[in-house]
Amino acid sequence: MNAKVGQAGTLESNDIMITVSEAPVGTGIAIRLTSSVLPQYGPMIHATLETVCKNLGVNDAEIVAVDKGALEYTIEARLSTALLRAGIVTEEVMLS
Amino acid sequence: MRRTLLFLPGNNPGNVQSGGVFEADGIILDLEDAVSPLEKDAARLLVARALTTVDYRKSEKIVRINPLAAGGAKDIKTIVPCEPDALLLPKVESVEELLHQIELIEQSERDGQKPVMIMPLLETPLGIAKANEIAMAHKRIVALCLGAEDYTAALGTARTKEGTEIFLARSLVANAAAAANIDSIDTPFTDVQDEDGLIKDTILTKSLGFKGKLSINPRQIDTIHQVFSPTQKEVEWAKRVLYAIDEGKRKGSGVIAVDGKMIDAPVVMRAKRTIELAELLNVSEEVEI
Repeated sequence: MNAKVGQAGTLESNDIMITVSEAPVGTGIAIRLTSSVLPQYGPMIHATLETVCKNLGVNDAEIVAVDKGALEYTIEARLSTALLRAGIVTEEVMLS
Repeated sequence: MRRTLLFLPGNNPGNVQSGGVFEADGIILDLEDAVSPLEKDAARLLVARALTTVDYRKSEKIVRINPLAAGGAKDIKTIVPCEPDALLLPKVESVEELLHQIELIEQSERDGQKPVMIMPLLETPLGIAKANEIAMAHKRIVALCLGAEDYTAALGTARTKEGTEIFLARSLVANAAAAANIDSIDTPFTDVQDEDGLIKDTILTKSLGFKGKLSINPRQIDTIHQVFSPTQKEVEWAKRVLYAIDEGKRKGSGVIAVDGKMIDAPVVMRAKRTIELAELLNVSEEVEI
Protein backbone atom coordinates (compact mmCIF):
# COMPACT_ATOMS: atom_id res chain seq x y z
CA MET A 1 0.00 0.00 0.00
CA ASN A 2 1.35 3.42 -0.95
CA ALA A 3 1.80 5.91 1.89
CA LYS A 4 -0.22 9.10 1.69
CA VAL A 5 1.97 12.02 0.58
CA GLY A 6 1.22 15.75 0.36
CA GLN A 7 3.30 18.77 -0.54
CA ALA A 8 2.79 22.52 -0.11
CA GLY A 9 4.78 25.73 -0.34
CA THR A 10 7.47 26.93 -2.73
CA LEU A 11 11.20 27.54 -2.79
CA GLU A 12 10.74 31.32 -3.04
CA SER A 13 12.09 33.52 -0.28
CA ASN A 14 9.85 33.88 2.80
CA ASP A 15 8.29 30.50 2.00
CA ILE A 16 8.91 26.90 2.99
CA MET A 17 8.32 23.74 0.93
CA ILE A 18 6.97 20.94 3.02
CA THR A 19 6.46 17.31 2.00
CA VAL A 20 4.57 15.10 4.41
CA SER A 21 4.28 11.31 4.28
CA GLU A 22 2.14 9.07 6.36
CA ALA A 23 4.23 6.96 8.77
CA PRO A 24 3.48 3.68 10.60
CA VAL A 25 1.70 4.01 13.93
CA GLY A 26 4.09 4.47 16.81
CA THR A 27 6.97 5.89 14.78
CA GLY A 28 6.29 9.49 15.88
CA ILE A 29 7.02 12.71 13.99
CA ALA A 30 10.28 12.55 12.02
CA ILE A 31 11.50 15.89 10.66
CA ARG A 32 14.22 16.49 8.07
CA LEU A 33 14.83 20.23 7.82
CA THR A 34 17.01 22.23 5.45
CA SER A 35 17.38 25.95 6.06
CA SER A 36 19.94 28.67 5.54
CA VAL A 37 19.09 29.90 9.02
CA LEU A 38 19.22 26.47 10.65
CA PRO A 39 21.57 27.44 13.51
CA GLN A 40 19.42 30.43 14.50
CA TYR A 41 15.91 29.21 13.80
CA GLY A 42 16.13 25.42 13.41
CA PRO A 43 14.75 24.66 16.90
CA MET A 44 11.88 27.14 16.41
CA ILE A 45 10.93 25.63 13.05
CA HIS A 46 11.06 22.10 14.53
CA ALA A 47 8.87 23.19 17.43
CA THR A 48 6.34 24.85 15.10
CA LEU A 49 6.08 21.74 12.91
CA GLU A 50 5.60 19.51 15.96
CA THR A 51 2.98 21.84 17.47
CA VAL A 52 0.92 21.89 14.26
CA CYS A 53 0.97 18.07 14.16
CA LYS A 54 -0.04 17.86 17.80
CA ASN A 55 -2.88 20.38 17.41
CA LEU A 56 -4.25 18.48 14.43
CA GLY A 57 -3.98 15.09 16.17
CA VAL A 58 -1.20 13.79 13.93
CA ASN A 59 1.08 11.47 15.91
CA ASP A 60 3.03 9.75 13.17
CA ALA A 61 4.42 11.41 10.04
CA GLU A 62 7.59 12.03 8.08
CA ILE A 63 8.16 15.69 7.29
CA VAL A 64 10.72 17.02 4.84
CA ALA A 65 10.96 20.82 5.00
CA VAL A 66 13.07 23.13 2.85
CA ASP A 67 12.93 26.56 4.47
CA LYS A 68 13.57 29.83 2.65
CA GLY A 69 13.10 32.18 5.57
CA ALA A 70 9.43 31.51 6.33
CA LEU A 71 7.80 33.12 9.34
CA GLU A 72 5.90 30.99 11.83
CA TYR A 73 2.47 31.65 10.29
CA THR A 74 3.72 30.46 6.88
CA ILE A 75 5.22 27.29 8.37
CA GLU A 76 1.91 26.54 10.09
CA ALA A 77 -0.12 27.19 6.93
CA ARG A 78 2.13 25.18 4.62
CA LEU A 79 2.28 22.15 6.93
CA SER A 80 -1.50 22.26 7.40
CA THR A 81 -1.97 22.36 3.61
CA ALA A 82 0.46 19.47 3.09
CA LEU A 83 -1.36 17.38 5.71
CA LEU A 84 -4.70 18.15 4.04
CA ARG A 85 -3.36 17.29 0.60
CA ALA A 86 -1.96 14.02 1.93
CA GLY A 87 -5.35 13.16 3.38
CA ILE A 88 -3.77 12.74 6.81
CA VAL A 89 -6.16 15.34 8.25
CA THR A 90 -9.58 16.43 7.02
CA GLU A 91 -11.01 19.89 6.48
CA GLU A 92 -13.40 19.31 9.37
CA VAL A 93 -10.48 18.72 11.73
CA MET A 94 -8.66 21.74 10.31
CA LEU A 95 -11.60 24.07 10.94
CA SER A 96 -12.54 22.69 14.34
CA MET B 1 -11.44 56.41 4.74
CA ARG B 2 -10.67 54.19 1.75
CA ARG B 3 -8.51 56.21 -0.62
CA THR B 4 -6.47 53.13 -1.54
CA LEU B 5 -7.19 49.42 -1.33
CA LEU B 6 -4.07 47.50 -2.32
CA PHE B 7 -4.28 44.00 -3.81
CA LEU B 8 -1.72 41.48 -2.53
CA PRO B 9 -1.48 37.92 -3.91
CA GLY B 10 -2.81 35.59 -1.24
CA ASN B 11 -0.38 32.73 -1.79
CA ASN B 12 2.82 34.75 -1.61
CA PRO B 13 4.10 34.93 2.00
CA GLY B 14 6.49 37.79 1.23
CA ASN B 15 3.64 39.95 -0.04
CA VAL B 16 1.07 38.81 2.50
CA GLN B 17 3.25 39.61 5.50
CA SER B 18 4.45 43.00 4.24
CA GLY B 19 0.95 44.42 3.69
CA GLY B 20 1.14 46.70 6.73
CA VAL B 21 4.21 48.65 5.63
CA PHE B 22 2.75 50.21 2.49
CA GLU B 23 0.38 52.51 4.40
CA ALA B 24 -2.55 51.82 2.10
CA ASP B 25 -5.90 52.59 3.72
CA GLY B 26 -6.78 48.95 3.11
CA ILE B 27 -5.06 45.80 1.89
CA ILE B 28 -6.87 43.13 -0.09
CA LEU B 29 -5.43 39.65 0.39
CA ASP B 30 -6.47 38.07 -2.89
CA LEU B 31 -7.68 34.48 -3.08
CA GLU B 32 -9.24 34.89 -6.51
CA ASP B 33 -7.45 36.02 -9.67
CA ALA B 34 -3.98 36.17 -8.12
CA VAL B 35 -4.03 32.49 -7.11
CA SER B 36 -3.87 29.53 -9.51
CA PRO B 37 -6.70 26.98 -9.18
CA LEU B 38 -4.31 24.32 -7.85
CA GLU B 39 -3.12 26.58 -5.03
CA LYS B 40 -6.46 27.87 -3.73
CA ASP B 41 -6.32 25.57 -0.69
CA ALA B 42 -2.80 26.72 0.24
CA ALA B 43 -3.65 30.42 -0.19
CA ARG B 44 -6.80 30.06 1.92
CA LEU B 45 -4.83 28.68 4.88
CA LEU B 46 -1.95 31.15 4.43
CA VAL B 47 -4.32 34.12 4.47
CA ALA B 48 -6.24 32.69 7.42
CA ARG B 49 -3.04 32.35 9.46
CA ALA B 50 -1.84 35.80 8.37
CA LEU B 51 -5.06 37.46 9.52
CA THR B 52 -4.56 36.19 13.04
CA THR B 53 -0.83 36.88 13.32
CA VAL B 54 0.40 39.63 10.96
CA ASP B 55 0.18 43.26 12.11
CA TYR B 56 -1.41 45.26 9.30
CA ARG B 57 -1.18 48.44 11.35
CA LYS B 58 -3.85 50.95 10.37
CA SER B 59 -4.77 49.26 7.09
CA GLU B 60 -8.23 47.77 6.83
CA LYS B 61 -7.94 43.97 6.37
CA ILE B 62 -9.94 42.83 3.36
CA VAL B 63 -9.96 39.43 1.65
CA ARG B 64 -11.16 38.90 -1.92
CA ILE B 65 -12.75 35.47 -1.92
CA ASN B 66 -13.67 33.29 -4.89
CA PRO B 67 -17.18 33.13 -6.38
CA LEU B 68 -19.35 30.51 -4.65
CA ALA B 69 -19.11 28.25 -7.71
CA ALA B 70 -15.31 28.26 -7.45
CA GLY B 71 -14.59 27.61 -3.78
CA GLY B 72 -16.11 30.75 -2.27
CA ALA B 73 -18.03 28.83 0.40
CA LYS B 74 -14.80 27.22 1.64
CA ASP B 75 -13.14 30.63 1.63
CA ILE B 76 -15.93 32.05 3.78
CA LYS B 77 -15.84 29.16 6.25
CA THR B 78 -12.07 29.39 6.67
CA ILE B 79 -11.52 33.15 6.49
CA VAL B 80 -14.47 34.69 8.34
CA PRO B 81 -13.61 33.32 11.83
CA CYS B 82 -10.14 34.91 11.45
CA GLU B 83 -11.79 38.34 11.64
CA PRO B 84 -11.03 40.20 8.42
CA ASP B 85 -12.58 43.66 8.47
CA ALA B 86 -14.33 43.01 5.18
CA LEU B 87 -14.70 40.58 2.29
CA LEU B 88 -14.51 41.72 -1.31
CA LEU B 89 -17.04 39.65 -3.25
CA PRO B 90 -16.15 39.26 -6.94
CA LYS B 91 -18.44 39.46 -9.96
CA VAL B 92 -21.60 40.28 -8.02
CA GLU B 93 -24.56 40.33 -10.40
CA SER B 94 -27.65 39.83 -8.27
CA VAL B 95 -29.03 40.72 -4.89
CA GLU B 96 -30.16 37.11 -4.27
CA GLU B 97 -26.64 35.79 -4.76
CA LEU B 98 -25.22 38.56 -2.60
CA LEU B 99 -27.66 37.91 0.25
CA HIS B 100 -26.85 34.21 0.10
CA GLN B 101 -23.16 34.99 0.50
CA ILE B 102 -23.91 37.31 3.42
CA GLU B 103 -25.96 34.54 5.05
CA LEU B 104 -22.98 32.17 4.77
CA ILE B 105 -20.73 34.85 6.25
CA GLU B 106 -23.08 35.37 9.22
CA GLN B 107 -23.19 31.62 9.82
CA SER B 108 -19.38 31.42 9.85
CA GLU B 109 -18.84 34.19 12.40
CA ARG B 110 -17.89 33.19 15.90
CA ASP B 111 -19.99 34.36 18.85
CA GLY B 112 -19.05 37.92 19.76
CA GLN B 113 -16.98 38.45 16.65
CA LYS B 114 -16.93 41.89 15.03
CA PRO B 115 -19.26 41.62 12.02
CA VAL B 116 -17.45 41.23 8.71
CA MET B 117 -18.32 44.01 6.29
CA ILE B 118 -19.03 43.52 2.61
CA MET B 119 -17.66 45.14 -0.55
CA PRO B 120 -19.33 43.94 -3.75
CA LEU B 121 -17.05 44.10 -6.79
CA LEU B 122 -19.04 44.96 -9.92
CA GLU B 123 -17.19 43.74 -12.99
CA THR B 124 -19.82 42.65 -15.48
CA PRO B 125 -22.42 44.60 -17.49
CA LEU B 126 -25.19 42.90 -15.50
CA GLY B 127 -23.57 43.82 -12.19
CA ILE B 128 -23.20 47.44 -13.30
CA ALA B 129 -26.82 47.52 -14.46
CA LYS B 130 -27.88 46.45 -10.96
CA ALA B 131 -25.52 48.76 -9.08
CA ASN B 132 -28.33 50.59 -7.25
CA GLU B 133 -30.07 47.55 -5.82
CA ILE B 134 -26.76 45.87 -4.95
CA ALA B 135 -25.50 48.97 -3.11
CA MET B 136 -28.66 49.09 -1.00
CA ALA B 137 -29.08 45.34 -0.51
CA HIS B 138 -27.73 45.00 3.06
CA LYS B 139 -26.50 47.10 5.97
CA ARG B 140 -23.14 45.27 5.95
CA ILE B 141 -22.25 46.73 2.56
CA VAL B 142 -19.73 49.53 3.12
CA ALA B 143 -18.33 50.09 -0.35
CA LEU B 144 -19.10 49.41 -3.99
CA CYS B 145 -16.06 48.62 -6.16
CA LEU B 146 -15.61 48.69 -9.93
CA GLY B 147 -13.51 46.12 -11.77
CA ALA B 148 -13.11 47.41 -15.31
CA GLU B 149 -10.91 44.73 -16.86
CA ASP B 150 -13.52 41.94 -16.77
CA TYR B 151 -16.24 44.49 -17.47
CA THR B 152 -14.73 45.75 -20.72
CA ALA B 153 -13.94 42.18 -21.80
CA ALA B 154 -17.60 41.25 -21.31
CA LEU B 155 -18.65 44.45 -23.05
CA GLY B 156 -16.51 43.44 -26.01
CA THR B 157 -14.39 46.55 -26.08
CA ALA B 158 -10.77 47.46 -25.46
CA ARG B 159 -9.63 48.96 -22.17
CA THR B 160 -7.90 52.30 -22.75
CA LYS B 161 -6.01 54.67 -20.48
CA GLU B 162 -8.48 57.45 -21.30
CA GLY B 163 -11.28 55.27 -19.97
CA THR B 164 -14.01 56.49 -22.34
CA GLU B 165 -15.37 52.93 -22.51
CA ILE B 166 -15.96 52.81 -18.74
CA PHE B 167 -17.34 56.33 -18.25
CA LEU B 168 -20.92 55.11 -17.84
CA ALA B 169 -19.93 52.23 -15.53
CA ARG B 170 -17.90 54.57 -13.35
CA SER B 171 -20.73 57.07 -13.11
CA LEU B 172 -23.29 54.40 -12.28
CA VAL B 173 -21.12 52.90 -9.53
CA ALA B 174 -20.24 56.28 -8.00
CA ASN B 175 -23.89 57.35 -8.08
CA ALA B 176 -25.24 54.09 -6.66
CA ALA B 177 -22.74 54.20 -3.80
CA ALA B 178 -23.53 57.85 -3.03
CA ALA B 179 -27.26 57.07 -3.05
CA ALA B 180 -26.66 54.27 -0.54
CA ASN B 181 -24.33 56.47 1.51
CA ILE B 182 -21.40 54.06 1.15
CA ASP B 183 -17.95 54.41 -0.39
CA SER B 184 -17.27 54.00 -4.10
CA ILE B 185 -13.91 52.53 -5.09
CA ASP B 186 -12.67 52.79 -8.66
CA THR B 187 -10.95 50.17 -10.82
CA PRO B 188 -7.12 49.97 -10.66
CA PHE B 189 -4.85 51.79 -13.08
CA THR B 190 -2.92 48.84 -14.44
CA ASP B 191 0.19 50.42 -16.01
CA VAL B 192 2.41 50.69 -12.94
CA GLN B 193 5.19 52.36 -14.96
CA ASP B 194 2.98 55.29 -16.02
CA GLU B 195 2.98 57.76 -13.13
CA ASP B 196 1.45 60.61 -15.15
CA GLY B 197 -1.28 58.32 -16.39
CA LEU B 198 -2.06 57.28 -12.81
CA ILE B 199 -2.35 60.92 -11.72
CA LYS B 200 -4.68 61.80 -14.61
CA ASP B 201 -6.79 58.69 -14.06
CA THR B 202 -7.08 59.30 -10.31
CA ILE B 203 -8.04 62.96 -10.81
CA LEU B 204 -10.79 61.78 -13.17
CA THR B 205 -11.84 59.16 -10.62
CA LYS B 206 -12.12 61.78 -7.89
CA SER B 207 -13.99 64.19 -10.15
CA LEU B 208 -16.62 61.51 -10.82
CA GLY B 209 -17.32 61.23 -7.12
CA PHE B 210 -15.33 58.13 -6.16
CA LYS B 211 -13.94 58.01 -2.63
CA GLY B 212 -10.97 55.79 -3.45
CA LYS B 213 -9.22 53.55 -5.91
CA LEU B 214 -8.14 49.94 -6.07
CA SER B 215 -4.40 49.54 -6.47
CA ILE B 216 -2.24 46.73 -7.79
CA ASN B 217 1.18 48.01 -6.78
CA PRO B 218 2.50 49.66 -3.60
CA ARG B 219 4.20 52.31 -5.78
CA GLN B 220 0.76 53.72 -6.60
CA ILE B 221 -0.25 54.39 -3.00
CA ASP B 222 1.35 57.80 -2.39
CA THR B 223 0.15 59.21 -5.69
CA ILE B 224 -3.45 58.14 -5.15
CA HIS B 225 -3.39 59.45 -1.57
CA GLN B 226 -2.18 62.83 -2.74
CA VAL B 227 -4.97 63.15 -5.27
CA PHE B 228 -7.64 62.10 -2.79
CA SER B 229 -6.32 64.17 0.10
CA PRO B 230 -7.51 67.78 0.39
CA THR B 231 -4.92 70.27 -0.78
CA GLN B 232 -3.90 73.22 1.37
CA LYS B 233 -5.90 75.46 -0.98
CA GLU B 234 -9.02 73.33 -0.51
CA VAL B 235 -8.58 73.33 3.28
CA GLU B 236 -8.19 77.11 3.33
CA TRP B 237 -11.32 77.51 1.17
CA ALA B 238 -13.26 75.17 3.50
CA LYS B 239 -12.16 77.16 6.55
CA ARG B 240 -13.28 80.40 4.89
CA VAL B 241 -16.66 78.88 4.09
CA LEU B 242 -17.24 77.68 7.64
CA TYR B 243 -16.05 81.01 9.06
CA ALA B 244 -18.40 82.90 6.73
CA ILE B 245 -21.32 80.70 7.78
CA ASP B 246 -20.58 81.36 11.48
CA GLU B 247 -20.28 85.08 10.84
CA GLY B 248 -23.50 85.11 8.82
CA LYS B 249 -25.38 83.38 11.63
CA ARG B 250 -23.97 85.80 14.18
CA LYS B 251 -24.96 88.84 12.13
CA GLY B 252 -28.23 87.33 10.96
CA SER B 253 -27.28 87.67 7.28
CA GLY B 254 -29.57 85.91 4.83
CA VAL B 255 -27.20 85.38 1.91
CA ILE B 256 -23.57 84.42 2.46
CA ALA B 257 -20.82 84.47 -0.15
CA VAL B 258 -17.16 83.42 -0.25
CA ASP B 259 -14.88 84.48 -3.10
CA GLY B 260 -17.92 86.03 -4.77
CA LYS B 261 -19.86 82.75 -4.82
CA MET B 262 -23.01 82.08 -2.86
CA ILE B 263 -22.70 79.51 -0.09
CA ASP B 264 -25.58 77.08 0.27
CA ALA B 265 -26.10 73.85 2.19
CA PRO B 266 -24.30 71.45 -0.22
CA VAL B 267 -21.27 73.76 -0.28
CA VAL B 268 -21.21 73.84 3.52
CA MET B 269 -21.44 70.05 3.59
CA ARG B 270 -18.48 69.77 1.18
CA ALA B 271 -16.48 72.23 3.28
CA LYS B 272 -17.18 70.28 6.46
CA ARG B 273 -16.17 67.03 4.75
CA THR B 274 -12.94 68.63 3.56
CA ILE B 275 -12.07 69.80 7.08
CA GLU B 276 -12.95 66.43 8.60
CA LEU B 277 -10.76 64.62 6.08
CA ALA B 278 -7.91 67.10 6.57
CA GLU B 279 -8.06 66.64 10.35
CA LEU B 280 -8.21 62.88 9.99
CA LEU B 281 -5.18 62.89 7.71
CA ASN B 282 -3.34 65.73 9.37
CA VAL B 283 -2.56 66.92 5.86
CA SER B 284 -1.75 70.59 6.32
CA GLU B 285 1.63 69.85 4.72
CA GLU B 286 0.16 67.94 1.77
CA VAL B 287 1.64 68.89 -1.56
CA GLU B 288 -0.80 70.13 -4.12
CA ILE B 289 -0.73 68.22 -7.40
